[in-house]
Amino acid sequence: MNWGSWDNFWAMGGYGLYVWGSYAMVAIVIAIEIWLFKSRRRAAVSELMRDAVRGRSSR
Amino acid sequence: MTMNTATAPARFGLFWFSSPQTFFPLAGRMIPWFIALTVVLLAIGLWIAFFVAPTDATQGESYRIIFIHVPTAWMSMFLYVVMAFWAAVGLIFNTRLSSMMASAIAPTGALMTFLALWTGALWGRPTWGTYWVWDARLTSELILLFLYLGFLALQAAIDDKRRADKAGAVLALVGVVNIPIIYFSVQWWNTLHQGASVSLTRSPSMATTMLWGMLVMALAFWMYSIAAVLHRVRTIILEREKRADWVRELLAEGRLK
Amino acid sequence: MLKIIVRVIRRDLLLAARQKADVLNTLFFFVVVVTMVPLGIGPEPNLLRAIAPGVVWVAALLAAILSLARLFANDYADGTLEQMLLSAEPLPLIVLGKATAHWLVTGLPLTLMSIVFGVVFDLGFQETGVLVASLLLGSPVLSLIGAVGAALTLGLRGGGVLTSLLVLPLYVPVLIFGAGAVGAAASGVSYAAYLLLLGAFLLFAVVLTPWAVSLALRISVE
Repeated sequence: MNWGSWDNFWAMGGYGLYVWGSYAMVAIVIAIEIWLFKSRRRAAVSELMRDAVRGRSSR
Repeated sequence: MTMNTATAPARFGLFWFSSPQTFFPLAGRMIPWFIALTVVLLAIGLWIAFFVAPTDATQGESYRIIFIHVPTAWMSMFLYVVMAFWAAVGLIFNTRLSSMMASAIAPTGALMTFLALWTGALWGRPTWGTYWVWDARLTSELILLFLYLGFLALQAAIDDKRRADKAGAVLALVGVVNIPIIYFSVQWWNTLHQGASVSLTRSPSMATTMLWGMLVMALAFWMYSIAAVLHRVRTIILEREKRADWVRELLAEGRLK
Repeated sequence: MLKIIVRVIRRDLLLAARQKADVLNTLFFFVVVVTMVPLGIGPEPNLLRAIAPGVVWVAALLAAILSLARLFANDYADGTLEQMLLSAEPLPLIVLGKATAHWLVTGLPLTLMSIVFGVVFDLGFQETGVLVASLLLGSPVLSLIGAVGAALTLGLRGGGVLTSLLVLPLYVPVLIFGAGAVGAAASGVSYAAYLLLLGAFLLFAVVLTPWAVSLALRISVE
């Protein structure tokens, strides 16, 4: 597939908005998902550390 | 077959890795591989999508959305079935980890469904003129999104984790049985109300490169989904097993992050 | 086997008779929702005639969902439900009895009321007949599938809305073929297949949902 120039590539034959809008949303959503599950992990670990500091008071 | 997490499971067998304690490190070792696979497949897939696959005769360049629309749609459906499977295993065998897997899959599945809808809408606009077309596939995807959201909402509303696991399993199973029925009825509804069957991905002869691109991208999304689900299930394990000794040990050793 | 079902139906009908407001509310809701649509869309008779099947069916769905709370809530609150779970009688049969009683006081009145709507929307004799037939076959399915949702969300906060979210996707096939049957009749096309499919859904639901509901009840109560 020979685009000829970068301009052609970004323009996507006039459909640039739709094509890049789609790929961008996928990238954004994946990024959000990664951020979400990482922050859930951080929260879980800090909860564990808080429990450990309190010295197993729940036992 | 519930494992006593106080002593390490001694027997190697079918249920060896159904213990959160043994699965946790295993999953941790698997994740980097799936990330690597994702990156490689994504690179190849995107290269095919933009630099190998030719321009489409009828749709021009807009068809390139297919390389993410179809994979996300496939994943959304595949993940639901896998989620229902693990939920069923958790319900039947009473294994906590299986239910945790189901709960870990749901958010990824829901996001894939959203992406399928979004990319479908943006593909529909240049192709059919409107952002939303009530074609059978998109409408079924929308209902699938509702099924995912229902699962997530139900589990969020129940405080007792075991009840949440089992209730979610019943819902997922009812959903998975109904999905073919729903798809069939939406198909019927769609062909009924529109003269010609409107299909975004019906393409009698797709160039081989296009098929390859779709396949590679689908694999890439699959590898990503596995990595995401494994990461999330490890977090769920930490959340639910926080009183277990092995968790405290890992924390003390600084092996958790 | 029939005896336990009949006994449960009798009991639930007796309870419903004592709480008529509960029952009538569902019917009123149905009427109000259907009435809202012309007010929102305009009185153009041809347009209303065209959308009537869908409107009546959607309103029936919403009314059915609203009524689901009463299926198990009262028994759960006073401990009768736990007794049912411990009973020697098969739980699926008890569930079938309760769902039938529920349908008798919600779905059946709805179905009869649709005759009025057939007239009000100027549907025509045969179309109205098909509307009633479709609701007659479909509304029990709504009660049965809805029972699964009601059982899963027993005692949860945010109950009603949550139940709706769970159950509405499952209602889609019934809606499509129910409204579709009337649409076919209106277009002069054969509607037999639609009604037969609705009948198939009904059989499917009667045989399978009591088990799912029983499982869900045990999960929610124990």
